[in-house]
Amino acid sequence: MLRISKRAEMRKTHQGLVRLAAIVASLIAMSGWIMVIGHNPIMVYTAMLDGCFGSMYRFLETLKFTIPLSIAALGIMMAFKMKFWNIGGEGQILMGAFAATYFALNFSELPKPMLLLLMMVSAIVMGGLWALIPAIFKVTFGTNETVFTLMLNYIALKYIIYLQYGPWKDPKAFGFPKIPNFTDNAILPKVLNLHVGWIILVIATIILYLVFHYTKLGFEVAVIGESENTARYAGMTVRRVVMKAVFLSGGLCGLVGMIQASAVSNTLTSEISAGIGYDAIIVAWLSNMNPLAVPVVGFLFAILSQGASYIQTAFQIPQSAADIIQGMILIFALSGEFFIKYKISLPERRSKGGQHA
Amino acid sequence: MNNTVVELKDITKVFGTVKASDHVTVSFNYGEVHSLLGENGAGKSTLMNVLCGIYQPDSGEIIIRGERATVRSPRDAIGHGVGMIHQHLKLVEDHTVLENMIAGQKGSFFFNKHKLEEEIRALCEHYDIKVDPRTKIKDLSIAEKQRVEILKVLYRGAKILILDEPTAVLTPQETDNLFKIIRKMRADNCTILIITHKLDEVLEISDRITVLRKGKYIDTLINEGLEPRTLTDKMVGKATNLEIVREPVKMGENILEVNDLAVFNHENAHALKDVSFAVKKGEILGVAGVAGSGQKELCESIAGLQKIINGQILFNKENLVGKTPRKIIDMGISMSFVPEDRLGMGLVSSMDITDNVLLKEYNRQHGLFLSRKDAKEQALDLVDKLSIDTPSIDTQVRLLSGGNIQKVLLGREIETQPELIITAYPVRGLDVGSAHKVYDLINAQKKKGVGVIFVGEDLDVLRAFCDRIMVLCDGEVTGIVDADKVSRQDLGYMMAGRHMDEVMTDA
Repeated sequence: MLRISKRAEMRKTHQGLVRLAAIVASLIAMSGWIMVIGHNPIMVYTAMLDGCFGSMYRFLETLKFTIPLSIAALGIMMAFKMKFWNIGGEGQILMGAFAATYFALNFSELPKPMLLLLMMVSAIVMGGLWALIPAIFKVTFGTNETVFTLMLNYIALKYIIYLQYGPWKDPKAFGFPKIPNFTDNAILPKVLNLHVGWIILVIATIILYLVFHYTKLGFEVAVIGESENTARYAGMTVRRVVMKAVFLSGGLCGLVGMIQASAVSNTLTSEISAGIGYDAIIVAWLSNMNPLAVPVVGFLFAILSQGASYIQTAFQIPQSAADIIQGMILIFALSGEFFIKYKISLPERRSKGGQHA
Repeated sequence: MNNTVVELKDITKVFGTVKASDHVTVSFNYGEVHSLLGENGAGKSTLMNVLCGIYQPDSGEIIIRGERATVRSPRDAIGHGVGMIHQHLKLVEDHTVLENMIAGQKGSFFFNKHKLEEEIRALCEHYDIKVDPRTKIKDLSIAEKQRVEILKVLYRGAKILILDEPTAVLTPQETDNLFKIIRKMRADNCTILIITHKLDEVLEISDRITVLRKGKYIDTLINEGLEPRTLTDKMVGKATNLEIVREPVKMGENILEVNDLAVFNHENAHALKDVSFAVKKGEILGVAGVAGSGQKELCESIAGLQKIINGQILFNKENLVGKTPRKIIDMGISMSFVPEDRLGMGLVSSMDITDNVLLKEYNRQHGLFLSRKDAKEQALDLVDKLSIDTPSIDTQVRLLSGGNIQKVLLGREIETQPELIITAYPVRGLDVGSAHKVYDLINAQKKKGVGVIFVGEDLDVLRAFCDRIMVLCDGEVTGIVDADKVSRQDLGYMMAGRHMDEVMTDA
């Protein structure tokens, strides 16, 4: 029988090697799958990279996916650090986008900087409030936040669809169920050919790093994540800290909604998030509670995702097959993390004689 | 004549980097009571868990009745006649004694309940154990549950019984009872292996004693004219000074007064009821009781961590009832609490020493940001003053040894210049040297006029170290007595629920 036991802390270089080995192993395993579906693995891999870096346009597309993914991951990390399992990024993104859209559609005559600021703030507040609902229930009634946040995703999604087909339907779209496009002054500007979301990402990363390491809130969140008893013992008001941190977590996700609505789709659609809230969980997890790692992991994830969608068109590989490739890489990456924390050993063979028993 | 029933040969078991059992060879005889003695982390439990199939040894072999045995699971072990009674009893609360005894047994799908009942009754009678097979486990006392656990193992045919710290949850009288059962089993040629660290009990019951230290086999002694001193020296590996000093201090007025305190547990039953006592400045008030008699709730109530149903907690005449820890700090009250659960409440195991010091100090910082400057200095100071054995102050506390973890916690708590210190089992799991360091630290505070509540489990320590001892039973105070005037026996009676008045007049 195999035995699993916890490791003492692994050296940084070894950790790097394990992660590298995980990626290599995943590439080898995927080659098998790619050959099964009748393609040359080397060519597919090259194409995946080509799809991400092959042209300026493709590269920018990859970055454009990195931005929302990473900001949402930062938000989710804030909650996860406290062991508040916020699976509701998706809903918080949608609700943030909803609030921003409200201002974009109704206050379009405002000067651009003011309107954009208003949209951002409202998106953060709305996303934060959406996350606050399960937090309040958790601290008051001890409800399970995992299911609660997840369910709120569906409510948010259906609400947006309702807006899209109902009250906010564009009368000029010839009956097509879409919400009107934003006017120019509700669209985020570009810096260096890429919308300013990337600057927001850089700032958010630094801020979260500072919060985790140099603020009282960060310290309190870390202690609560480790042990609520200790937090109460040390005189923390657990209730208040949980609500504060979850609000910020949802707020960052809400901000993602604003960025996507304003800079990417120029309007609100029910597809605005398209699973970012879920992918961000993986990115947060793989970043190991380190905010500085988030943009890097987010970028790698974006490469994977863009590459997978590129090979669909390049090789006529069906989407489901491409998704399998993406899933396999993730499983290997997560297993790598497992091997960093645990080791598996075989029981030693008895030295002399056969086995009794 | 070869009288050996079990031989453990060259057993090694490694956890991570820790050699929990390091080439240990030891043998046990038919019909003997054999104690395994050692400090925490000496490898007693590991060795026994190897014998009963919970752990697989990394190397070495087990020989039972002259044959090499492969013990891969507790079920294998029972097949070889080896059964273990764990410290935390493993019984199904909602099932009856009978159902618990047959659970997990091999055999046919149906069973003859009547016949089984008869068998169990016969077994009970033989060992003079009074248990009705039809009662539910949850209606039994801890001592009775333990007896059921023993019966279960006997019923399954064990001739070699391992008891892991069996007396930790028992009063002295219940312990005597257990020892009677053990002697009876010995008379039936059973082998009883007891894991313990209580010296007096070891000397009372054992035929032979094996001492382990840091995973290594030290010695096996025949229990004839042994001095406790000899055993501790072997346990610790050097000559020890076992004396615990009661510092004579002139006591001041009451620092803490508790009146009619009542607290519910999570099942809305009384965890504490009508508890009244006072602690003076410069006094150490010991709290004795069987585990789970309300000690935890008492400490946490004073620290502001329990919902209080009724009563007063007066700290320097200010009522603390209904105040959160935060509010208590804001009131300017300086009180320290060293909880029983060091890594689950007192400290954050994955944080370094600095951040754990910060835990107490950060409340006094204002604004959004956190400064670690003072905490760093204080951490360095603690490491230096208490000679905490750590690579640096940036080391996670979970990586430190038990004694050093306790030094960090106690050191931090004392550093805040408290007027009252509440300590729950502060020496549990510590080696003799570290335990004495803890006594010294508390005594030093006492000399400064600090009031101390000392929840303990070793009655001899309580009697030697404290000024007065309060005894709790089922959440009620059964007596508050002068530590130098009370006997072990009397404390035992009070722990079992008899009131001080009747006990002390009896004597």
